[in-house]
Amino acid sequence: MTTTSITTGRGLAGQPPPRGVRTRRTRRSWTGWKFVGPFMAVFTLVFLAPIAYSVYLSLFRTQLVGGTTFVGLDNYVAAFQDPQFWSGVARVGLFLLIQVPIMLGIALLVALAIDSGRLYGKNFFRISIFMPYAVPGVVAALMWGFMYGTRFGLIGNINDAFGTSIPDPITSSFVLAAIGNIVTWEFVGYNMLIFFAALRVVPHSLYEAAEIDGAGQWRIITAIKIPAIRGALVIATIFSIIGSFQLFNEPSILQSLSPNYITTYFTPNLYAYSLSFSGQQYNYAATVAIIMGLLTMLVAYVVQLRGMRKEA
Amino acid sequence: MKIRHRRTLVRSAALAGALSLALAACSSGSDDGGGGSAVSSADAASDIQAALDKGGEITVWAWEPTLTDVVTDFEKKYPKVKVDLANVGTGQDQYTALQNALAAGDGIPDVAQIEYFAQSQFAIGKSLADLKQMGAGDLDGTFSPGPWNAVDQGGIVSGLPMDSGPMAMFYNADLFAKYDIDVPKTWDQYYEAAKKLHAADPKAYITSDNGDAGTSTSFIWQAGGHPYSVDGTDVKIDFSDEGSTKYATQWQKMIDEKLLSPVNGWTDEWFQGMSNGTIATLVTGAWMPANLESGAPDGKGKWRVAPMPQYSEGESVTAESGGSALSVMEASKNKELAYAFLKYATVDEGVQTRLDGGAFPATTKDLDSKEFLDKEFPYFGGQKINEVLSQAAKDVAPDWQYLPYQVYANSIYKDTVGKAYIDGSTSLADGLKAWQDASAKYGNEQGFSVNK
Repeated sequence: MTTTSITTGRGLAGQPPPRGVRTRRTRRSWTGWKFVGPFMAVFTLVFLAPIAYSVYLSLFRTQLVGGTTFVGLDNYVAAFQDPQFWSGVARVGLFLLIQVPIMLGIALLVALAIDSGRLYGKNFFRISIFMPYAVPGVVAALMWGFMYGTRFGLIGNINDAFGTSIPDPITSSFVLAAIGNIVTWEFVGYNMLIFFAALRVVPHSLYEAAEIDGAGQWRIITAIKIPAIRGALVIATIFSIIGSFQLFNEPSILQSLSPNYITTYFTPNLYAYSLSFSGQQYNYAATVAIIMGLLTMLVAYVVQLRGMRKEA
Repeated sequence: MKIRHRRTLVRSAALAGALSLALAACSSGSDDGGGGSAVSSADAASDIQAALDKGGEITVWAWEPTLTDVVTDFEKKYPKVKVDLANVGTGQDQYTALQNALAAGDGIPDVAQIEYFAQSQFAIGKSLADLKQMGAGDLDGTFSPGPWNAVDQGGIVSGLPMDSGPMAMFYNADLFAKYDIDVPKTWDQYYEAAKKLHAADPKAYITSDNGDAGTSTSFIWQAGGHPYSVDGTDVKIDFSDEGSTKYATQWQKMIDEKLLSPVNGWTDEWFQGMSNGTIATLVTGAWMPANLESGAPDGKGKWRVAPMPQYSEGESVTAESGGSALSVMEASKNKELAYAFLKYATVDEGVQTRLDGGAFPATTKDLDSKEFLDKEFPYFGGQKINEVLSQAAKDVAPDWQYLPYQVYANSIYKDTVGKAYIDGSTSLADGLKAWQDASAKYGNEQGFSVNK
């Protein structure tokens, strides 16, 4: 969808102006600017200016001793050689590869189940699965943090009841999986709703036609439903990629419960936060943020290209 | 005639500087300062008195709760002065706010509460006023040595000590009696007690420790280590010195044999551990009693205070943990008035107000006062705990230094030394080495010359 509209827009702008109407065209373009003016002003203020300022910041270095100096691209060179930064990137990369497919898989399964019309009490399921999304991320992280606890929490109860000795997942090397579990719990409902909404617009006559042709439910799902909601799948994937790269709330909240496992550079965002707020390294933090932004755009763009290519 | 003239001079100077301790210092023949210092102190004192008479408004950023009463009393005594006391966050939160204000050059308070470990960080950025200019140089001896050393660094006095945290061992005496364990006097006995306790009750631990920068540095301080040495922008970090090694070796045994409860400090679980007998001791600063009373009310009557365990029997060496000073910001437009408030809160009448509120003083006069020493604490079974704590203040090992960027260094402690608390991941000594390297790297990036 997105690609189509972009292409159309580019096509119009790319057309050579008709000869002889130059004056009129100039006037018209000014009128246009007046209409988009308010938007452009706000857009510049809240969108372009912060980005420009971050880029500006990333070209300097402020020291406790020696003050601020222009260093060009030194911060970028430093970031590319920074093992802490790349360990954070690798961590969210791993998270992306494992957590996102699981989450989207569950969401798709639930959406198909609800859409199948064979589920008893489907409104109840829809609401209850969506509910966690309405819980603020900070509260969710805290809640899970306590549930994971081996003394008072759910894990503690399980251990007491069955005599097991399951460790607290956030104070072990399973900490990333534990965070993945929280994020999955939070966002399955949201993604389910995207898929479900897309499924609703598929004409039912298609299913009827397929049934007449002798197709089973599985065939209907793979041949009709999933191809029909490809756009939604791609959008959900892109949102999830952005979400994974921006992972911050959960590790940041759980850090106080598990400080030895969740380092200050656990995710790139947490690293940028630590750099600027405890290290006063605003410049380097800006650099890290810009690199992460570009990286996210790149990955999201590749996924979009791949996802949409088959549709065309 | 000549003698008489001198007398008049002395008398008028005494009148002019009635409030100043400078004259006392001068007449008792103290070696620092001499005549010149006395004159300037007298001048400073009269400037300050003038500022108080003139009145004005100052802003104070602090989180210490007893200051509220001090401000009320101060405003009552000097009706022309208005003090805006703002709590912008505790510790790190306030430093962030302060650093942001300093970076912006706007919204900087006149007075800020800054912990001892963070003093040099702000002093080196020239953000704090030199209180020597206002006569603080003569307050040497007014405060116990640990806190005073923390503010008297790099040739300036960067703040006046407000409270202090000489360390002692708080312990659950019931638990020790129940399992017939002797109260440890040395760290070796502490280790033996830890083993005995944990064997007797697998849920009970001698103490909780999950890795804490302040605790590590304080224990190294007590062990006689000097991992940090700072001379201007020349910084040395060395966690392989004798004291640091002593601490690392001793504490490694506690970690290896799982004698430390993994509960995080200052959580509900932690306080519950002190109530229900699963955490037996706390080796920490003298500001702990009020926290114990409010956080672990069920522990009432069970807890006692003993001197900090020693590395060799018969010694009595302690360290400081926490505590903060009030500093005047260099950007303040009313430094005299700000200093007057500082002096009121930390040296004069304000001290008693704060003691009544439960603070632990940094002033030697109060640490030695009979009323203070004889106070019995019902929470501690009527023990006169200040006798132990006051002695601890005198036994603080001298010449400790923090890094001029300790706030940041502490924030990355968990990334490095914290790994030693993960099973078999690394040793405490290696963790300290990693912390040293990371701190050195940051220092060099910030324009210091670290380990060069």
